[in-house]
Amino acid sequence: MNAIAPGTSRRALLKGGAAAGGGLLLGMFLPGLARVAVAQDAGGPSGSGGPGTAAAGFAPNAYIRIDPAGAVTLIMPDTESGQGIWTSTAMLLAEELEVGMDQVKLQAAPPDNKLYASPLLGEQATGGSASTRADWIPLRKAGAAARTMLIQAAAQRWSVDPATCQASKAMVTHAESGRSLSYGELADEAGRQPVPKDVKLKDPATFRLIGTPQKRLDTPAKVNGTAVFGIDMKLPGLKIGTVSASPVRGGRLVSINEAAARSVPGVQDVVRLDDAYAVIGDHMWAAKMGLQAAAPVWDDGPNAGVSSASLTQALDAASRGDGVVAKQKGDPASAIKSAAKSIDVVYELPFLSHAPMEPINTTIHVRPDGADLWVGTQVPVRALMAVAHETGLPPEKIQVHNQIMGGAFGRRLDVDSITQAARIARHLDYPVKLIWTREEDIQHDLFRPFYYDRISAGLDAGGNIVGWTHKVTGSSVMARWAPPGMKEGGRLDPDAVEGAAETPYDLPAHRVEYVRAEPQGLTTAWWRGVGPTHNVFVVESVMDELASAAGKDPVSFRRGLLGHNPRALAVLDLAVSKSGWNQSLPHGRGRGVALQFAFGSYVAAVLDAEVAADGTVRIHRADVAVDCGPVVNPDTIRAQLEGGLIFGLTMALYSEITLSNGRVDQSNFHDYRMMRINEAPVVEVHVVDNPAGSIGGIGETGTAIAAPALANAIFAASGRRLRRIPFATGQLASA
Amino acid sequence: MITLLVNGESHQVDLPPDMPLLWALRDVLGLTGTKFGCGIAQCGACTVHVAGEAVRSCLLPLASVSGRPITTIEAIGATANGAKVQKAWLDTEVVQCGYCQSGQIMSATALLDRVPQPTDADIDTAMAGNICRCGTYVRIRKAIHNASQA
Repeated sequence: MNAIAPGTSRRALLKGGAAAGGGLLLGMFLPGLARVAVAQDAGGPSGSGGPGTAAAGFAPNAYIRIDPAGAVTLIMPDTESGQGIWTSTAMLLAEELEVGMDQVKLQAAPPDNKLYASPLLGEQATGGSASTRADWIPLRKAGAAARTMLIQAAAQRWSVDPATCQASKAMVTHAESGRSLSYGELADEAGRQPVPKDVKLKDPATFRLIGTPQKRLDTPAKVNGTAVFGIDMKLPGLKIGTVSASPVRGGRLVSINEAAARSVPGVQDVVRLDDAYAVIGDHMWAAKMGLQAAAPVWDDGPNAGVSSASLTQALDAASRGDGVVAKQKGDPASAIKSAAKSIDVVYELPFLSHAPMEPINTTIHVRPDGADLWVGTQVPVRALMAVAHETGLPPEKIQVHNQIMGGAFGRRLDVDSITQAARIARHLDYPVKLIWTREEDIQHDLFRPFYYDRISAGLDAGGNIVGWTHKVTGSSVMARWAPPGMKEGGRLDPDAVEGAAETPYDLPAHRVEYVRAEPQGLTTAWWRGVGPTHNVFVVESVMDELASAAGKDPVSFRRGLLGHNPRALAVLDLAVSKSGWNQSLPHGRGRGVALQFAFGSYVAAVLDAEVAADGTVRIHRADVAVDCGPVVNPDTIRAQLEGGLIFGLTMALYSEITLSNGRVDQSNFHDYRMMRINEAPVVEVHVVDNPAGSIGGIGETGTAIAAPALANAIFAASGRRLRRIPFATGQLASA
Repeated sequence: MITLLVNGESHQVDLPPDMPLLWALRDVLGLTGTKFGCGIAQCGACTVHVAGEAVRSCLLPLASVSGRPITTIEAIGATANGAKVQKAWLDTEVVQCGYCQSGQIMSATALLDRVPQPTDADIDTAMAGNICRCGTYVRIRKAIHNASQA
């Protein structure tokens, strides 16, 4: 059964939203608390034009609609790209609304920053492991407000005290008189109830969904081939196209052999843009063959000489200058100078492509009076505005039909492909599905920044850290994507130093700087695990280097710096104890540990890895402990850590985008490698029970912890320290 | 004309003989459960069965499958092992984004057809051609074992 309801009119929801979201003023990265405000403003009063009266039925707020026949539709503010958020979010609403998970249908929220902006991200966006943190209180309040109004409606009908009524499984019951009414029967009257001023949330002791492993609602359709991803759109008159953009950023299309492209059987159209061209046909094969036949000639433009060597050289040079200070505690430089032992090292993390399994695609129909867009996007409002900008159509004439995504990992936080699709579709009078080949997807991705980090640290004679300096050099995604998120007058990118400026440890003297250096001819973007995927690798590797220099066990070395941080200490101890840390391993094998606080969650991992004589690395086992405070869906937490870890291990072992002559060298999965099942370790996830802790995010945590744990395991196994991603495992071969 | 025998139905299609089966399934017959991932037989998202064998449809010319029985994810649940695998996938909550899972399920079903009680090593060998970017491998192993015992 498909739990996902067909789309409803965006207009109806926007109209409804006018009352519910009115007066909200959101600022980027200010905790605007849109969701709280919407939830507290639940139940637009009668006659206000609010959702309660827009149509028959009950729509107390932007997240819930109950029609008179009893169908309960939950509107999902966050986008589903496989992380399981639709199920977790539905659990929060269903828990307080008192409906069963088998009684709800889910629907993607339409683009509307007023209603659906994430209070953590400042706009309607899904990323940064922010969804559950953002939804935890507001969506429960939204459910509770609706439940309160349904109970009030029933109590009024029966002339009884609402306190004597109970809600369960979409019914309100008055036990004393044995009467009950379904939510559908109460829907219209519930819409006329006053909005509760201060809704009471359920006592966690009475939770029947939150904290229990709930089956995901989106998975049945994903195992029988009926799930519809963006790339699966079918529409009357739909044609299919594929695109080739200038292989060098900033290049221009000089000419194509349009006649040759059009002579391919099944080709319908060829569209030229200044920096790309598209061939459209009856099917993808015709489009692909036409694309090839067009034999483009490009003018490579000013970036034709860009190479990995030139980009790395530029980063190295930039890293020698002063940066903007992100953290200053004590005088670490002097402490390191007079230290008994010190290290002074460079870590390098390359450009990375996202490579979601569903290649980039956009289905779009531009007409003189409006446009429709079918796409899987993490940023529906940006998608809408991209189409508006390219077509000149007013935003209210554009419908965005957001689809589930075959992976996103930050790629779909950008709308460059939607902008391109709109530019192409302006030339066509029919709906077109534009699919990037995998080669186009890899080579025209917006890459994760290349980070070049300089670290120095010193130890006293007793092996204690006396000072630590860390200078991060790299491009700023924040400055491009969300300029108001920048600090220090626009010079400090807080994401670039996240996990470096604040660590779980008590360091006596600590300085962190950031040098912004944009790569010539490249645009960089968010990538799974964002700042922490970069900085936790560097910090946790250096922590291991220092433990080794101090002659101390890596776990006890870390424990000595965590006296102030009981949650961090607890996850470290849990992962270590589950891993059998003190048990010996065969020759050539070693255990590595890493610890992080990121996205509001504490995570520790211990990896058991083997380095073979030829340098091949085999990861046998991973024990991961997590404390994310309250647990919504424990099975989803496990799944995200298992998968996130493998995503991060893939990066550590294989991932790198390089450039030669302005062109990306990699093109597909043969040279941009993914970890495969025969390389994947056993992963055990251990969840700390901490319902009273602050709630943390999960989706990116496993990715960030993976590389340092592996680097440290490889060091334990081989004595070799790897400071560059992807790990040069070939150099690990025994002489 | 080429005869495509898909999920028990016969279709006469007027398509280039060198066109890969993947695009005929998706764009002509409308069977979009089979996915495009790489186009070079590296990722396995496009896996279907031809005469009971798991094959990559993204490089398989139509001419080579004319008249041969093809099964896709849309019909694999009608086979005993296909149904077991799909059930195990749900019971184990294997799926994250789900995009590669049609291909994973087709490969897993073909494995069970050939090796009813696979070991971890059998699973790793048979499934190494199917990439999952979400990293659901840990659960795929569990689910195949569960299906083999069902």
